[in-house]
Order: sequence, then C-alpha cells, then structure tokens
Amino acid sequence: MSALLAAASADMDLYVAQNIFFGVIAALMIYAAFRVVTTANVVHAALWLVVVLSGVAVQFIFLGAEFVAVTQVLVYIGAVVVLFLFGVMLTRASMGADESVASEKRTMAAIVGVLLFSVMAFSLIHTFEDTRLVIDEPQSTALLSDSIFSQYIVPFEAVSVLLLAALIGAIVVARRD
Amino acid sequence: MLLNQFLLLAAVLFCLGVYGVLARKNAMLVLMSIELILNAVNINLVAFGALNDDVGGAVFALFTIAVAAAEVGIGLAIVLLMYRNRRSIDLTQVDLLKG
Repeated sequence: MSALLAAASADMDLYVAQNIFFGVIAALMIYAAFRVVTTANVVHAALWLVVVLSGVAVQFIFLGAEFVAVTQVLVYIGAVVVLFLFGVMLTRASMGADESVASEKRTMAAIVGVLLFSVMAFSLIHTFEDTRLVIDEPQSTALLSDSIFSQYIVPFEAVSVLLLAALIGAIVVARRD
Repeated sequence: MLLNQFLLLAAVLFCLGVYGVLARKNAMLVLMSIELILNAVNINLVAFGALNDDVGGAVFALFTIAVAAAEVGIGLAIVLLMYRNRRSIDLTQVDLLKG
C-alpha cells in the first residue's frame, strides 16, 4: 500500500495533467455509477449511465485505445442507451419514485458489494503494487484491424453469428402473434 | 500512469454494478447495472492490453462490446414480453418457478 502511494505521488509529479484529469473523470464516473444504481427514476438512471459510458470512453483514450473509445461512443451511447430509453417508453416502467426495495435486500447487496470490492482491491494492490503503464503513442487502428482479420478471425466470425442470432432471437421473442 | 488506478476504478464500477443487480427490482435497472459490470471488464481488458503492449486487449474489448449489444437486445425483448404478459416488470413478482 505504501509503495503504491509513493509510486502514485511520483507519478503525479511526472504527469500532472493526466493525473488531474484522470482523478476528476474517475470521481465523476463513480458518482454517476452510484446514481445509476440508486436513483428511483428509470430515465434518470439511463441518463446517468450515459455519463458513466462517456467516462469509460475517456479512460480508453487515456489508455491509448482510440478505436475502442470511438466504438464505445457509437455502440453504447448511440445504440444501447437509445434502446434502453425505448424499453422504458414501451414498458412504461414506473417513471416515478416507486423503488420500494426491501431495506434488508438492499443491505445484503451493499454488504456483498463492499466485501467484493475489499477482496479485489486487496489483491490488485498486492499484485500490481506500482506497475507503471507506459503509453507513448495511441494504438494504431491499422494494427488493430490487421489483428482482428488475421489472428482473431475465428472469434470475430463467431461474434458476427452471435449478433445475427441475437437479432433473430429478439424479433422472435418480442413479436406479437 | 499507474496500472492500479485503472484497475481500482474498474473494481469500483464492477462492485456498484453487482450492488445494482442484487438490489434493484425493476428489470430495466438490472439490465443497466449489467452494462456497468461489462464496462468495468472492458477497462480491465484495455488496461492489460496497454500494459503488455498487445493489441489483443482492445480486440477482446470490442468483442465484449458486441456481446453486450446482443445481450441488451435479447434482454429488452424478454422484458417487453414480461411486460406484455404480466403488466409489470417487477422482478420480485416473477416467481412462478418458486417451489
């Protein structure tokens, strides 16, 4: 833990702007994620989800994966959230404050979440104490596409078949007979 | 940048998603919490890809995005069917299989 803090403060001296932006965006993401799982209004939850997803796209930029960041914006914010809003519209899912979850269930869920986080945080800090990420330049999209269409061609085709199956399945499940 | 700051951020998002899946009653909100979990996993994949200077992390993050899109499509179809049959998407009322 102390090694991590020392490495973090050394890193802070080296990359001031990156660390400040990372901190601000991470705090915003955590607050927005908290609102997604606690707000009573379904539409507000979907809109807070947009904040989290944009934050994730920014983290991808920090990590140099620009193509993944653009895909995140296109697929998640462009399609998935719109799909959620359509779902809310079609099910008229209780727009108002109805979220009357039994407090016992909520307490148990909170205990599970906190326990899970403590275990993960302990093992992450213990394992990758001050491992440094060196990101000199963004990953080139040409390299990514070469890799998809050579080394990862079989999983790529499997994902396309999965998407087709999901499309047909969604139509079959949701259509009116 | 340290690897751990990304991994810990992803861990926080993951645990918030788990909390949402367990505590929420509304099926739409449970699907949104699942999206939080999948996004946390994506941050991890891309971070480890950047650590090893390997393009595989980003490729698998793209696969996860595709699978998540498929999951949302099917999930929303199921929620719509549930709403049509029961006039409610409250998950605590869907207990026909309970003995």
